[in-house]
Amino acid sequence: MREGRGTERRRSRNREYTLVSVFFVVIFLCLISYVIYFNAVKSETFINSPYNTRQDTFSDRVVRGQILSGEGEVLARTNVYEDGSEERVYPYGRVFSHVIGFDSHGKSGLESEANFQLLTSHEFFLNQMKNELRNRKNMGDTVISTLSAKLQNRAYNALGDRKGAVIAIEPSTGKILVELSKPDFDPNTLNQDWDSLVSDETNSSLLNRATNGQYPPGSTFKLVTALDYFRTKGSFSGYTYLCQGSISAGDLTLSCYNGTVHGEEDFYSAFASSCNCAFADIGVDLGGASLRKTSEDLLFNQSLPLEEAARSTFSLDRKSSDSLVMQTAIGQGKTLVSPAHMAMLVCAAANGGDLMKPYLIDQVVSSTGEKVSTARPTVYKKLMSLNEANLLCKLMEAVVNYGTATALNGRGYTAAGKTGSAEFDENGSSHSWFVGYCNTDQPELVVAVIVENGGTGSEAAVPVAAEIFDSYYFD
Amino acid sequence: MINVIVELSKYVILTLMIIYTFYCFYMVRRQRAGSQSESLNKQLMLIFLMDFVAFGVIFLKTMDPRVIVFFGEMMAFFAAIQVLYRIFYKKASMLLLNNMCMLLSVGFIMLCRLKVSTASRQLLFVAGASALALAVPVMIRKMKFLRRLTWLYAGVGVVLLAAVFVLARTSYGAKLSLFGVQPSEAIKITFVFFMAALLSRDNSFRSIVTATAVAGLHVGILVLSRDLGSAVVFFAAYLVMVYVASKNAWYLLLGLGGGSAASVAAYHLFGHVRQRVTAWRDPMAVYQNEGYQIVQSLFAIGTGGWFGMGLCQGSPQIIPVVENDFIFSAICEEMGGIFGICLILVCMSFFLMIVNIAIQIKNPFYKLTALGLGTEYAFQVFLTIGGATKFIPMTGITLPLVSYGGSSAVSTILMLSIIQGLYILREDEDEEFERRRKALAQRARERARFERGERY
Repeated sequence: MREGRGTERRRSRNREYTLVSVFFVVIFLCLISYVIYFNAVKSETFINSPYNTRQDTFSDRVVRGQILSGEGEVLARTNVYEDGSEERVYPYGRVFSHVIGFDSHGKSGLESEANFQLLTSHEFFLNQMKNELRNRKNMGDTVISTLSAKLQNRAYNALGDRKGAVIAIEPSTGKILVELSKPDFDPNTLNQDWDSLVSDETNSSLLNRATNGQYPPGSTFKLVTALDYFRTKGSFSGYTYLCQGSISAGDLTLSCYNGTVHGEEDFYSAFASSCNCAFADIGVDLGGASLRKTSEDLLFNQSLPLEEAARSTFSLDRKSSDSLVMQTAIGQGKTLVSPAHMAMLVCAAANGGDLMKPYLIDQVVSSTGEKVSTARPTVYKKLMSLNEANLLCKLMEAVVNYGTATALNGRGYTAAGKTGSAEFDENGSSHSWFVGYCNTDQPELVVAVIVENGGTGSEAAVPVAAEIFDSYYFD
Repeated sequence: MINVIVELSKYVILTLMIIYTFYCFYMVRRQRAGSQSESLNKQLMLIFLMDFVAFGVIFLKTMDPRVIVFFGEMMAFFAAIQVLYRIFYKKASMLLLNNMCMLLSVGFIMLCRLKVSTASRQLLFVAGASALALAVPVMIRKMKFLRRLTWLYAGVGVVLLAAVFVLARTSYGAKLSLFGVQPSEAIKITFVFFMAALLSRDNSFRSIVTATAVAGLHVGILVLSRDLGSAVVFFAAYLVMVYVASKNAWYLLLGLGGGSAASVAAYHLFGHVRQRVTAWRDPMAVYQNEGYQIVQSLFAIGTGGWFGMGLCQGSPQIIPVVENDFIFSAICEEMGGIFGICLILVCMSFFLMIVNIAIQIKNPFYKLTALGLGTEYAFQVFLTIGGATKFIPMTGITLPLVSYGGSSAVSTILMLSIIQGLYILREDEDEEFERRRKALAQRARERARFERGERY
């Protein structure tokens, strides 16, 4: 009894001491939780950083793993010779040059993004031990990409000798199936060609135009203008416009392509026939600030959810002149965008407004095929509401049904999209754009195509897209 | 072949560490439950095995005979300190001593792996400090006047810190040392003595204001010298000691509020504070400049993963000043994240043990001193590990006993021997109490017999 009272007294005298120790235990536990969280979740972004030179020491003990296409075709492998020397070989050569990238002269593409996985071995531990005892290197893991060799090949041939880029993404998951850029380079002879590639500034063959090309969007930007119109006015119905072939503001006069006069039109027909006058008029009505708000919602001036992709720029604000607003609303002006970004916009529209985070690494397996990790599709961001997404899809369907992309009709599948011709010099030469998707009921594949100096969208870009869709369904 | 051994050794070392950590908590809980010597010996065995395996691996990888020499010297030191304590201080806390040896071991392994000569110098400091520290428990017992030197402690602290601020040259962006010695390390101890001496006698509002003024002076000079880590450690000790002495939680809240306001002010006033915060927010964005160190540290921890790369198989030397502020990252890189977590747990049990000692002491001056020193230790661990892992902004401070650094090692070892001295005093107190209780009981029995005698 007496002892009980004694400890009680002592406990009350030491209450503060206990509280202090509880406090420190809590902060230590927070610290431990953070270390666990860092190792489990966050470490990957740091490990994979191209600045992390620690990975390179791995290659002393591991043979760089293979990169496969989604179908299992070898896109990159390392040959080990009798004398222990190694050589990185790319069986498809130029077809995958930018997206697979290289592992000499720095790293780029998937070779850089998957560097850690390629240099990590998950071979069966007894085999690893056997290799170590024989002083042989372990085999690095195999990276199975989302890329389709079939589609990439078809796109490569369709683009031919022209400069340009193609990217194709599965909108429901974010899997990148095609990522192509021309002019290209041969990764197998990179060492010999390096100096000339670097010094050649007219072609910029090392630039991945699909993710880092900066082009005026041309009429494909009308998707953004249309969305801003809907967000401001609440509806497309009730819109009418009388196109007289040209429209002026200040000392600038814009005209529709080839001087066509579209006459009386509603929102859908103005979009389908890509009427510049109507959209310039809409743009002036909406104003620079409103267009900027919507375009930034759609990731302009933001970093894109794709490794090393360039940011798109949109420069209007409330002080911009009417003539610049007019130009910008139809995709000219100072706006610059990459094909990957345009594809992401269409992906969001085709997936009910949710942009899935685009990705290239589908699975990592050990060299003997045991599964190591599998990518899970994740929503990056909701770019627009379901209703807005459906309406943009309707607009793009109209373009194929009776607008500038009717060439995609009657090919055994349904499609939707938007063409564009982005003028880039005073003479009216233009890059040819197409962004769109196939299967209007349940969008399956989004493509963005740009053909530099290719003329109008329907002339050059639509046929390339058609070939990819054909190959997707019929090859 | 060597790679296989290194690979296996990783798991062996980790297993030993996990068992050791388990024993730490197991024994803190039953500190007073009879014989512990068996567990203590097991701990020593674990430390020895870990060192043996680790240094064996380092030798195999480097084939540097100095590694073996160092291992021998280190073992001789550990044996000497264990034996000397058993001879002179039978009543000291052997658990505390074991933990000290464990933390020193982890530090020596990493330092030796980074550079043998660094480890040798560190061992020299540690051995010297330990020899000095052997006298400390006796001094604590004999020198009862220590608790009356309040203003001497404050004076020495402020004057030395001011001298550093005025005279020292800037290195790594901070003014830290005079003639190769970092006075702030020693002042950590005098500061706690000052606070304890002042507040144990009088915890009135007036004396708390005095304490605040002196603490503010210390912290202020440290911030101006850009020694942010020490500034925060002093502040934490001040807050905890005022709270415990006054038993008034309002002071704690008030202090926390004041501290936050001061941090915001410091952020706006001082470029070097802003730099740390920028590097903490998004180190990748400022990779080329202020973010470089922390990004390299995160590369190290991330690449090491749960089990580490194995000793001598990572590249911790890429991290600037890895042997000081970022030793934890090097440990995580080569010995693994799980090992790092165990290390945090060992540090935590170390702190709990110190608080436990503080709780058992009855003399208010000694009680506050033990708690103050413990708080400084715990907070310093939190700051350095939190900084290296980007949990909090980097403050630039060492991990006690593990990091390289003469001043830090000497002051931590002195601190621990002070705590040992207090622990021994507590045992004395207990014995005294026991004797008095027995005497009282004896007298009561006699009286009872006497009363009975009267009746019959």
